[in-house]
Amino acid sequence: MSFVEVENVSKSFGDNVVLRNVTLEVAEHEVVCLIGASGSGKSTLLRCINLLEPIDEGRIVVDGDLITNGKVDANAIRREIGIVFQAFNLFPHMTVLQNVTLAPRRVRNLRRGEAEASARELLRRIGLEDKAAEYPDRLSGGQQQRVAIVRALAMQPKLMLLDEITSALDPQLVSEVLNLVRELADFGMTMIIATHEMSFAREVASKVCFLDGGVILEEGDAKDIFSAPSEPRTREFLARIIEAGRL
Amino acid sequence: MHALHRVLQAFVSPQSFRLALPDVWAGFQVNIKMMFLAEALVLVLALGVAIIRGLPGRSAAPLRGAAIVYTDLFRGTPLILVAFLVGFGLPGLQLRVISTQTTFVYGVAALTLVYTAYVTEVYRAGIESVHPSQRSAARSLGLSYFQALRYVVVPQAVRRVIPPLLNDFIGLQKDTALITVIGVAEAAQQAQNFSNTYYNFTSYVVAAVFFIFLTIPLARFTDHLIAVRERKERAAAI
Repeated sequence: MSFVEVENVSKSFGDNVVLRNVTLEVAEHEVVCLIGASGSGKSTLLRCINLLEPIDEGRIVVDGDLITNGKVDANAIRREIGIVFQAFNLFPHMTVLQNVTLAPRRVRNLRRGEAEASARELLRRIGLEDKAAEYPDRLSGGQQQRVAIVRALAMQPKLMLLDEITSALDPQLVSEVLNLVRELADFGMTMIIATHEMSFAREVASKVCFLDGGVILEEGDAKDIFSAPSEPRTREFLARIIEAGRL
Repeated sequence: MHALHRVLQAFVSPQSFRLALPDVWAGFQVNIKMMFLAEALVLVLALGVAIIRGLPGRSAAPLRGAAIVYTDLFRGTPLILVAFLVGFGLPGLQLRVISTQTTFVYGVAALTLVYTAYVTEVYRAGIESVHPSQRSAARSLGLSYFQALRYVVVPQAVRRVIPPLLNDFIGLQKDTALITVIGVAEAAQQAQNFSNTYYNFTSYVVAAVFFIFLTIPLARFTDHLIAVRERKERAAAI
């Protein structure tokens, strides 16, 4: 049985259909990359899995629990699923340490000392221990995004959703963030990653899904998709990426 | 020359100034008390009403509606009318507790009712100015709706609205003088008593001076906060 099962999920914003009958399975410890143009539905799919957006049709099962029947405690589900956003979304009025410890303290009810000790340990691992007392606006984009990842990890999620987490970064800052994601993948974290970093996707993903117009048009092994895409739309998309020098 | 002398004598006569000072000062202390009490109440109640107005979902619609009706009514009604309604109307009801308060309490109540409606809108603007992604980030970590408000949205909103909030409080400070109409022995009332007794208007100037001295520091402090904010925002934009 898959760890995440997305079954025939559809989602519209008004007249705009963002997801059409999307079905996706992710096994435990698997890393799935979602690729496709902006507006193809990648972010919405991730936000639906985290219940930040209600779905119109279909069902989503995470770790054996049906999470989309409207009866579940959404807070309890989100606790177990980490999401990292393109724009970091750190809390600007809190220090790095407060950002990381907020949810463990208020949601998991850890004592402050306990939460801070494990937050510092996580920050040490990403080399940002000395930034614990800084406010987010004093950090570079790459540092902020790594803090955002650590903030999600502090809840010890079973699943991580990464939503174009390097798209807002200067090129020279991308690798520090991707290195951290690589470590997570090696560590066995189950992840669904929406990304424009094709070479990264080819390297870490066990499965790549190409989304187009709210539909998963093609999915398969990373090397198959990148070397021999079967759909013309996928070929077209990849050709444009190569043209832009991104693969 | 004669006219000027008469003007000076009527409005800024030194003897009258000295004579009126003790009573007007005693009255002004009542203004200060009303002001602090009303401000404390407004700060808390307005945040509550602002949060109620922002509640999501269909089931909260009646609460949202009540909050909207309240703010519309009390922003639209002149304070002097609210003072009459509360100060004369409630005692006339001859009910226990609500009809047996002092005029001071009715005065604070009238100020609180009106200014809570204004400040609710200030808070609401602040809450809405916090980007929705902040709420998403908080909710995605498992925080509940109210936890996200309490730890993430409201702290940021309050920081942003401090200058407009202080502006409203400058208005409130001055409007404490209107409470004279229901018979609270505050500065304007004392000034009027003096003026009626001595046929001299210097006492009003004395009261005005007190209000001005109270307002100027707060106005400068508000300007300072706005300047600091602008500097920060400019620095962040670079």
